Amino acid sequence: MPMPTYTLTVNQKTYTVKADAQMPLLWVIRDLIGLTGTKYGCGIAQCGACTIHLDGAPIRSCSFPVSAITHQQITTIEGLSPTHTHPVQKAWIDEQVPQCGYCQSGQIMAAAALLKTNPHPTDEAIDAAMQGNICRCGTYPRIRKAIKKAAGLTP
Amino acid sequence: MKKNSPINRRDFLRTGSLLSGGLLIGFAVPAKVVQRALAPVATELNAFLRISTDNRIHIILLKVEMGQGIWTTLSMLIAEELDCDWQTIQVEPRSSGKGTDFAQSLAIQSTGGSDSTRSEFDRCRQAGATARAMLVRAAANRFGVQPSDCRTENGYVIAGRKRISYGEVAREASALPVPSVTLREPKDWKYIGTSPKRLDSPDKINGKAKYGLDVQFPGLLTAVVARPPVFGGQVKSVDATRARALPGVRAVVRIPTGVAVLGDHFWAASRGRDALKIEWEPGALVAVDSTTQLAEYRALADTTGIASQQKGDVVTALAKATGRIEAEFRFPYLAHAPMEPLNCTVRILNDRCQLWTGTQSPLLHQAEVAAFLGFKPEQVELNTLFLGGSFGRRGSFQDDWVMEAVHIAKASGKPIKLVWTREDDIRGGYYRPVYVHRARIGIGPDGFPVAWQHRIVGQSLFENTPLASEIVQNGIDYSSVGGIHGSPYLARIPDQAVELHTTVCGVPVLPWRSVGHTHTAFVMETLIDELASLASQDPVDYRRALLNDQPRYLAALTLAAEKANWGMPLPPGHFGGVAVHAAMGSYVAQIVEVSVDRQQIRIHRVVCAIDCGLAVNPDGVRAQMESGIVYGLTAALYGEITLKEGQVQQSNFHDYRMLRINETPVIDVYLVPGTGPMGGAGEPGVPPVAPALANALFAATGKRLRRLPLRLVDLTKPD
Repeated sequence: MPMPTYTLTVNQKTYTVKADAQMPLLWVIRDLIGLTGTKYGCGIAQCGACTIHLDGAPIRSCSFPVSAITHQQITTIEGLSPTHTHPVQKAWIDEQVPQCGYCQSGQIMAAAALLKTNPHPTDEAIDAAMQGNICRCGTYPRIRKAIKKAAGLTP
Repeated sequence: MKKNSPINRRDFLRTGSLLSGGLLIGFAVPAKVVQRALAPVATELNAFLRISTDNRIHIILLKVEMGQGIWTTLSMLIAEELDCDWQTIQVEPRSSGKGTDFAQSLAIQSTGGSDSTRSEFDRCRQAGATARAMLVRAAANRFGVQPSDCRTENGYVIAGRKRISYGEVAREASALPVPSVTLREPKDWKYIGTSPKRLDSPDKINGKAKYGLDVQFPGLLTAVVARPPVFGGQVKSVDATRARALPGVRAVVRIPTGVAVLGDHFWAASRGRDALKIEWEPGALVAVDSTTQLAEYRALADTTGIASQQKGDVVTALAKATGRIEAEFRFPYLAHAPMEPLNCTVRILNDRCQLWTGTQSPLLHQAEVAAFLGFKPEQVELNTLFLGGSFGRRGSFQDDWVMEAVHIAKASGKPIKLVWTREDDIRGGYYRPVYVHRARIGIGPDGFPVAWQHRIVGQSLFENTPLASEIVQNGIDYSSVGGIHGSPYLARIPDQAVELHTTVCGVPVLPWRSVGHTHTAFVMETLIDELASLASQDPVDYRRALLNDQPRYLAALTLAAEKANWGMPLPPGHFGGVAVHAAMGSYVAQIVEVSVDRQQIRIHRVVCAIDCGLAVNPDGVRAQMESGIVYGLTAALYGEITLKEGQVQQSNFHDYRMLRINETPVIDVYLVPGTGPMGGAGEPGVPPVAPALANALFAATGKRLRRLPLRLVDLTKPD
């Protein structure tokens, strides 16, 4: 049985991949396309390490089958900013957020999506938007500060 | 845990002779255009740094970066003496088995025990100072002046109006004899005590940072392993017909730990594993059950164990005491659950084996892999990458996941990347062991303890490991008792016994961030709190009285109490709890503010004070305290691995929960300007938070929780 072919737009580049219809977007992006910035943490949409944007909205790519993509634009951490200077990325460096760093791609993608829909989030809005992203190094207090900084608020 | 290694002058001399013995890579100063096309050729100056022709400082570190920020801190130490530009520093992990063999001690080649800044403090500064002296001499030779006529600034040697970059004289410098150097006085420090931006951040915010899981090369297959549902189980029969028929599945091989499915990518391998039909031989551990294990441990706690410290006649003193506490504490198995699940990439060639993995102990693996494959250790090239967290899990003495990967590569004849799923990680063992503590305390008329009998029951972490000779003596694994054994609270008690029952059970165990202090601090700090409360004394004042000859405990405790406004009223419904504990050479006090609403524990704020002596990188220390607090709170509120008929009952983050951002308190960290010996930072933030939380919950509810994780339901149903 031949495998279906999918055409995907990732970070504004077009890729054609052959994949099992159920193959999660995470593994398509990592293992077929070769972009490894998006991380595997749990495989069941519990940790958020695999967060990417689909037309700007955050999704958990580990639980999103490739066949569910139609014409959406996929953005991964590599494509968030061509110069890696998205306000969230800059704030992450300024506030010394990353420790092991493994979850931070997902954290940054979730934070960037939050600020797009809510440019001046309250503490509660930050907690609500970010509670799907686990950080085992416990960088949460700095994530809060960095999001406020990226939003132009006093951390 | 590990002894600090003194600077070994011979290491330097040996390094120097290796250099003059021709370890220099071909050297040239190419034209600028060429320079961009070719990787700059670099000159190895000593064991720790290379200075390339473009004046980049390459710092090659044996210590691995697992989040603790060690790349930044150790680079600061080198930069302090080298006098280079921070912006030109580039850190690389040191690969084992690639030419230069350092044959260093385990303590140097492994990363753990919150030891790296302490153990490398002198060594890294020596490296920087030695390099600087050689560069200055080489530049002085060029200038035709004396070294004493030269000064250095941000990567340049300057003499009068002459100025030359380190890179330009690096090759000449490397041929010079290794000089003796004097380190800078603290008053001249430029980097130590500051908090520069982490060197690993830029790559960690754009997806460029490479972890073991990110290794890719043509022909590399991904392997996923079906392991027995019970530890130590064996495959009875396997039918891989359906698995092999799936698209992308390339091979199925039997290995000692189970059945490996190899696929073109993770998804194919994992679908293949799902399609295996395996009959398992459960093995002896099928009898291990958390309920019966607890009963056994409790029965053992009734009997006398091996004493690690003993004084007077504790039984008689307990009988005579005016007041008594008798308490039992229970701690579950805990998985480390680093965000990056375990993985290892292996390629076996005719004359060597290449490995890529994130590990705390590369040298151990190198030796084990070499022995298994019949290679010499130098034929095993181990490349370490960023570790996506570890917390002890990647410090396995058994090389478990590395050897599993090597077995797959050998059995299949293919280069493979072994990937553990999250379920494999949670169910895969190597846990913080289960412990039961039983304490009987006799109280004197002044409210202070006069007799203390303490029994601990649990598995040993260090028996049969390379560190056994250091940590296990006369049947006592000191990591099981440390924190109670040697506690300053016990120092003045005339009648006491600290006893240990070491249990044997096939469930694999490993040190887990802060090792034995994960349980001993909880027991000690909640008992002291209970004694304070029985004596109707303020818990901070009571501790101060008992610790009045312990300036570092007192400094941390006093600073935390002051910053938390201890003793001042909290918002209505909020309660405070305190704990202070020393681990890995640092003294940490924490004050937790909680409220309890509709059977929900809410943690509002944690104030933390640490005396770690000199803080080389204060923000790094603060980050590690924050990290330890979140790690400790996760275990205190949720951490529990249980076994039923030998099978682990948890599997992923839905039933082995992690603290999330919405549950995370405000955390304020303060550093005691301590002048005592330097302590560690990676682990000591963990131990005090659970007892401080339990003590706050006592303040809120009037009841003591003695079983971890802390559950309010235990207040009404204590068993």
